[in-house]
Amino acid sequence: MKELWKGSHAMAEAAIRAGARLYCGYPITPQSEIMEYMSERMPQVGRIFIQAESELVSINTVYGGALTGNRCVTSSSGVGISLMQEGITSCFSKGLPILIINVNRTGAGMGGGGGEGGSFSGGQDDYTRETHGGGNGYYRNLVFIPDSIQEAVDMIYNAWDIAEPYRNPVVLYTEGRLAQMMEAVEMPEFKEREPLDWGVDGTSKEMKEYRAMNKEYYKYKQRIDLMRENEQQWEEYLLDDAEVVVVAVGLCSRVCRGSINKLRAQGVKIGMLRPKAVWPFPQKGFDALPKSVKKIVCVENSSGPEMLEDVIVAMRYTDHLKTVPVYSSTREGLIPTKELIPFLQGVIDGTVKEVG
Amino acid sequence: MAKEMKTPERLLRVPFCPGCGHGIFVRLMQEVIEEKGLSERYISAVGVGCSSNSIGATYGGNIVEAHHGRAPSVTRAMKALRPNCFVWTYQGDGDAYAIGMLETIHAANADAPISVFVINNNNYGMTGGQSAPTTLKGQVTTTSPYGHDGNPIDIIPQLMTYEHVGYIARGTVTSAAEIRKLKGYIRKAVDMQMNENKYSFVEILSPCPTNWHKSPIEACNWINEVVTQKFPLGEFRG
Repeated sequence: MKELWKGSHAMAEAAIRAGARLYCGYPITPQSEIMEYMSERMPQVGRIFIQAESELVSINTVYGGALTGNRCVTSSSGVGISLMQEGITSCFSKGLPILIINVNRTGAGMGGGGGEGGSFSGGQDDYTRETHGGGNGYYRNLVFIPDSIQEAVDMIYNAWDIAEPYRNPVVLYTEGRLAQMMEAVEMPEFKEREPLDWGVDGTSKEMKEYRAMNKEYYKYKQRIDLMRENEQQWEEYLLDDAEVVVVAVGLCSRVCRGSINKLRAQGVKIGMLRPKAVWPFPQKGFDALPKSVKKIVCVENSSGPEMLEDVIVAMRYTDHLKTVPVYSSTREGLIPTKELIPFLQGVIDGTVKEVG
Repeated sequence: MAKEMKTPERLLRVPFCPGCGHGIFVRLMQEVIEEKGLSERYISAVGVGCSSNSIGATYGGNIVEAHHGRAPSVTRAMKALRPNCFVWTYQGDGDAYAIGMLETIHAANADAPISVFVINNNNYGMTGGQSAPTTLKGQVTTTSPYGHDGNPIDIIPQLMTYEHVGYIARGTVTSAAEIRKLKGYIRKAVDMQMNENKYSFVEILSPCPTNWHKSPIEACNWINEVVTQKFPLGEFRG
């Protein structure tokens, strides 16, 4: 049965139903409601809630929890996630499949309301940090980005099942708006899994955490290559005969979908490739694009191009897309349909300049 | 009748400089863990610094690495999820009182039932003897060649303001008598966590002959005569 859920509450409940044993977080707009919800709900189901004294404490607390082989989750935004980077890169190096719910606010530095631009309503301008690693060393997190509260719930519900075989951190990357809005959601049932065999439990005679890491499978590069091969996720929308392909993620893709529907009604052959995982980026989705593609448009809810770089790299590795022109739309704050349609029309007519 | 001094089963080697106090602490801790029957249910998080050398000192997979200063946060989660284990941190003074001061204070204040052990050698030993929050005023180190400007921080008066903290003590390793006393403090810290489910804290004044440029005996004398003036020894709570 579908119920009306606020985004942040729904994501918290999904993490609990996915088996989160411990949540630790520190307040930061626009996702403090996740933590408030956890503080009430976790004790009701016999789980652990810890309020941290900084994001450094948050990430290191879930690091400790995950070392015991339990599912642990934290959430934050903007600078909070920046502060967590030392812990996130260590969770990668120690092979700890923690879940991070990252609700993007907008803007560099403090972000939020102050200074030029910046908004708590959120955007996608932490894209590069999320997808290319903000901490030290060669590492990657699995990063999923939903376009609805239902999809956020489903992605969180499956996040650990995907990440645990690789023993890799996983990020649910979303926008302030999604955490704050309400939608009808089908909430899944509770699930549990046995503690993992490598968890530190005090009895180990050898270093279990390292024992598993020493297997070939878990060497950093091999692990990253395997995830890149196996975990690409994307949605194809009206692509069969498409000549113009929009690439967009998250809430931004919903505006694109509406605009594409309107342009299709006018007979324009336009469709959308929507990455659901932004790391690994869906190279296979690009490989599968039809030969009819003449133009690719990257639409981002960020004050500058970020995903564009991944799109260009993906095209570079796709034979029939190497010479296809690319167009970029970036905007701080969600682009309204009434601006996007004229832009796409300009791309089709050739009045908008291509990237490069 | 002669009493046999057995080496703890899990003690492998002492990977520290000659005259360093860390090795004594590692051994005392293993002796207490064995004596209390906790060999198969203890977890320790070691900080960054000379304390992290202890990873190779004992045999077993019950040791995890924590980021610099973060061991109290790491152990807080581990104790919550493994309540039957004796869970403790092994940190240095730079780890616990500079980069990790926030964790040190708040884990105690939050009444987390963990045990915190801090080896205080008045400097950053592993990186070559830079000045630390515990460096004495005027002390010459590799980053205070003209004498240290700051004042040494004693955390214990702050911890004493937390009524719920179970056990607080400071010991040293400069003589057989002090080592015996310190072993008693470690025992009580373990008991406080395992029997009373309360936070316990022990600081250990430790000689660092290498970075102090003193012989081991001079280093011990300096602790007894100078360092203990600023960092008094004894049990303060429990």
